[in-house]
Amino acid sequence: MQVPILKQRDVLIATIQAALSDQDLVTLRDDLADRIGRFRSRGVVIDVTALDVLDSFATRTIRGIAHTARLRGANTVVVGIQPDVAFTMVQLGLTLDGIATAIDLEDGLDVLERAMAGRRVG
Amino acid sequence: MSAELGVDEIAIAIESEQDIVTARQRGRELAASTGFRGTDQTLIATAISEVARNIIVYAQRGEILLAPLADGARQGILVVARDRGPGIRDPALAMQDGYSTHRSLGLGLPGAKRLMDEFDLATAVGQGTTITMKKWVR
Repeated sequence: MQVPILKQRDVLIATIQAALSDQDLVTLRDDLADRIGRFRSRGVVIDVTALDVLDSFATRTIRGIAHTARLRGANTVVVGIQPDVAFTMVQLGLTLDGIATAIDLEDGLDVLERAMAGRRVG
Repeated sequence: MSAELGVDEIAIAIESEQDIVTARQRGRELAASTGFRGTDQTLIATAISEVARNIIVYAQRGEILLAPLADGARQGILVVARDRGPGIRDPALAMQDGYSTHRSLGLGLPGAKRLMDEFDLATAVGQGTTITMKKWVR
């Protein structure tokens, strides 16, 4: 199941669905890197609200997406990590160091807007 | 171990990445029907995801067995991940945080152990690996 990517002005919004396979995540990384250049996007929102599991592979890939996006000149914010998922990530020892997070899409867009207004985030 | 298995045992062949998703979804369903609450369902599903990925990455194929457990008044879940892959040369090292032969975060097996109540790793080079994990309803 491919991850849909919406373009809203200079932000790309990727909404991850529940049953995400490893390959879907890798495809998302490549799609985002491509579109950031094509649309000259300056921000990326990765919405993981629907994700019920963020294991070590998914976390590593999301980190990779954020770092790739940054090298392409866009800030990334991860939004919607569910409470149980956050708790599990802590137990696993997984972190999203250096990557901005927000409670939901609305807050995530705010974070990006502030970053694009001059201050860099994550 | 087989004496503990109930009639509700579920076997899931792990042969592709998609099977990892199937295994953790079935695990979550079984955890829910066994009486685990939301957070524990997520812990169990994530632990299954880690050991299932371990099969794909290191052994290419194997299987996950899921079964409800009953020990007196205690209810729980049994997760067995087994493969006939290359085995793990240094199991103690594989259980160390941050150790990986595969460019991953190296948190898979030690992470899965932290998420569950009981964790056993049996492996022999050239013969395969069996990971047995249990978690009890609190």
